[in-house]
Amino acid sequence: MVIQLGRPWEVVGQNVPKVDGIPLAMGQPKFTLDMEIPGALIGKLLYSPHAHAEIISIDASEAERVPGVACILHHGNVPRVPYTTAGQGWPEPSPYDTVLFDRKVRYVGDRVAAVAAETEEAAWEALQKIRVEYRVLPAVLTPEEALAPGAPVIHDEPDAQGIYEAARNIAAAVDVVVGDLDQGFAESDVVVETTCEVPYVQHAALEPHCVAAYFDEDGRLVLRSSTQVPFHVRRIVARVLGIPLHRIRVVKPRIGGGFGSKQEVILEPIAAALAIRTGRPVVMNLTREEVFVSTRTRHPFRVRAKLGAKKDGTLHAIEMEAISCAGAYGPHSGTVLYNVGAKALPLYNKAKHLRFHGKAVYANLPVAGAYRGYGATQGFFALEVAMDELAEKCGMDPLALRLKNHIRAGETSPLFEKLGEGREGKPQLIRSCALAECLRIGAERFGWHEKRKGPRWEGSWAYGVGMACAMQGSGITGIDMATATLIMNEDGSFRLLIGATDLGTGADTVLAQIAAEALGIPLEKISVYSSDTDFTPFDKGAYASSTTYVSGNAVLLAAERVKGQIREVAAQILGEPVEHLELAREKVVSRQSGRAMSFEEIGHRAFYVADQRHIMASASFTCPESPPPFAAFFCEVGVDTETGAVRVEKFVAAADCGQPIHPKLAEGQLEGAVAQGIGHALFEEMRFSARGRCVNPTFFDYRVPTSLDVPDLEVILVPSEEPTGPFGAKSIGEVGINGPLPAIANAIYHAVGVRLTRAPFTPERVLQALRKGRAKR
Amino acid sequence: MKIYFELNGRPQYVEVQPGESLLSLLRRLGTKSVREGCGMGECGCCVILLEGKPVRSCILFAPKVQGKKVTTVEGLGSLDNPHPLQRAFVEAGAVQCGFCTPGMILTAYALLAENPSPTPQEVRDYLLGNICRCTGYNKIVDAVLLAAAWKGEGRW
Repeated sequence: MVIQLGRPWEVVGQNVPKVDGIPLAMGQPKFTLDMEIPGALIGKLLYSPHAHAEIISIDASEAERVPGVACILHHGNVPRVPYTTAGQGWPEPSPYDTVLFDRKVRYVGDRVAAVAAETEEAAWEALQKIRVEYRVLPAVLTPEEALAPGAPVIHDEPDAQGIYEAARNIAAAVDVVVGDLDQGFAESDVVVETTCEVPYVQHAALEPHCVAAYFDEDGRLVLRSSTQVPFHVRRIVARVLGIPLHRIRVVKPRIGGGFGSKQEVILEPIAAALAIRTGRPVVMNLTREEVFVSTRTRHPFRVRAKLGAKKDGTLHAIEMEAISCAGAYGPHSGTVLYNVGAKALPLYNKAKHLRFHGKAVYANLPVAGAYRGYGATQGFFALEVAMDELAEKCGMDPLALRLKNHIRAGETSPLFEKLGEGREGKPQLIRSCALAECLRIGAERFGWHEKRKGPRWEGSWAYGVGMACAMQGSGITGIDMATATLIMNEDGSFRLLIGATDLGTGADTVLAQIAAEALGIPLEKISVYSSDTDFTPFDKGAYASSTTYVSGNAVLLAAERVKGQIREVAAQILGEPVEHLELAREKVVSRQSGRAMSFEEIGHRAFYVADQRHIMASASFTCPESPPPFAAFFCEVGVDTETGAVRVEKFVAAADCGQPIHPKLAEGQLEGAVAQGIGHALFEEMRFSARGRCVNPTFFDYRVPTSLDVPDLEVILVPSEEPTGPFGAKSIGEVGINGPLPAIANAIYHAVGVRLTRAPFTPERVLQALRKGRAKR
Repeated sequence: MKIYFELNGRPQYVEVQPGESLLSLLRRLGTKSVREGCGMGECGCCVILLEGKPVRSCILFAPKVQGKKVTTVEGLGSLDNPHPLQRAFVEAGAVQCGFCTPGMILTAYALLAENPSPTPQEVRDYLLGNICRCTGYNKIVDAVLLAAAWKGEGRW
């Protein structure tokens, strides 16, 4: 459902066919590994069986004799260049604590060696024949163990850079204070405190991580990769392998989902190294088990939120402490940590006294990284459960408490300035906020006031309702840059070249809509070509909810420049001043004389006749601020008090993403994000043995939501108009994942009176909480 | 060994490796719509129709299709003339990354062959074995119902 803003746009705001929709539905060979590369070797990785060990020796001689084996790489024969796998802008705010292959392994699944062979069978056989002698070291599997005095140091290598305190296993830390917290709590009438935990969960994009590395006719290295960040891949591979950047081309074809896991440069440097060493093309494709164990996960977090409020519910003081488990390496560890506070706390800007502090801690477990929500999800879990507790203590409806405290247009939060991308941020004013409308409309569609009178019981099942709010951002303030190039063909159609990375979200379509609307042409007159470091201009990539806003603004600027050129050419032909000329429906029309020229005529004249030029323009946009999208979530759950089973019966999410450029795609983002959040709330969790081995790395043992797990889910787009956004748009990709954890936890509380603060809310945990609750009473 | 089968209406007489999966064979033959998401029959990305029934090709040995008819989405429609189910998936917004889409469409095709006017719940039940991580399934259910409505109107 979309609440209409009623603007007179022709392409923007319309549910046009996704530009790659039909080819994808036809199964066209558009993905990384759908392209046949004759003569390609198969690349495979050998992983550590130990959580923490030193490699005493590696003997690859027997493996090298396996017929068909072309190359084996390990720490002894590759350059040692510390880097981060985090695909972030340069200089990356993540620690340089990774090398291609190290003498030490830091988790079960850490890479030890790579093989390139003629066949998959030969590669597997060779992996088995690499003899590695390990000296097993004591391992730490939780942040508590890792922080304990005398704990083994995971990153004791001398050449790592940017680790906050390697000797104490602290990858990153933050401590930000506004006002006086003690005074704030002393002045509060009501104080609540809650601690919420999220475990290891994974993106589970259906296409495993994969890459093809080959050489073009000129000997340049081409990486065709399933990545969210082609330009960062190029830069990082160039540095790690010591290749001039201009000798590398990175192409992102269609990719089968990312959700942050492909904002990491994991396979590309290895495939590139194997290709360079052998002079042959190399294809790498991970198995699902490898994806689970050796790619990236969400950061597990323990977040403590303490709220102080006046009797009437006005927030006065907030303290939030966040401890994350970074896993064995620290990509995104600091920035995700910062985001817990930076994205969650400004939502309630009435509190005058604030402190946000925390640490990202290494442990001998799989590596956490970027995942949709990026810290905000973990922050909002604790904050919104605490808000529910506060509402109860104040005797207020949770909805009324939110309405009283949430940030509004024209307001700001001191935290925008204090907390940036792993460093200080920039001040920012909220220019658009329809959260109050989201709350009102969402509550109405959900039937909040009626349902909140419950809980109601049916046999052993109790039904309750809960709610939560959330926000996110639109790009990274002052850092994210995107560029778009618009080129006119002589028939008046256009090519739109964008470095932006469509990972299934529909970015190519949305950006084409923005271009079509700005140029006043039908969508089908625009061909989009994206994400190729040779042929498209720079774009930071797909992360931080940035594409519609940041890349969209670049498209808009490029369109304005192109329109200027079209007017100039038309002015020369028509012999009228530029100021008289207007663009409308593929024509330039003179307001004075009424004379008109079609884009096609202009294109032909400009190409072939007089004052010849190619009408084309590029424009870059850097994010001066990051307008947050807002969302309100309402959910009803059933809890079986006999078995502990939790069922989400109904879920309503109302979001303000500014003006939705493509409502259906925006709804799809919200629905998909909520579905992932429901999975995280109810059953998703990577589990580990006492020795740090992931014991459920399959879809059978790590369940993701199926068509039967996603309930009656209704999403509502409540438009606002973001003055800095392209056609009023803000982001929508991430905000939806921040709601389900707290909304479901709060609904369980309403149903059965126990607080579930550790996700996922499995039957065992619910039963345990019910038993404890009964014992207390 | 050599096997004979029919792929999207075309006869195939091909050499297969013992133990080769149907998924691997179909990709070797150029039907790239059949994709591997897990390799263990758990995700449904590699679903094909074997004699009209949805089957996971990653856990089916290629020789098992000897003498049988295999259909993939390449066999449903063409770029110029997509099958109504393919159109419906695009129109309903059911295609995000598109990796699960071919398997989803084929499963839906089998559903509508068995049950031309399913309820939303019946659609959800039938699609249980096809994972989509992008959409949250709402729009996929919408797409199948839309295609069913078109079928009811005699449009296919």
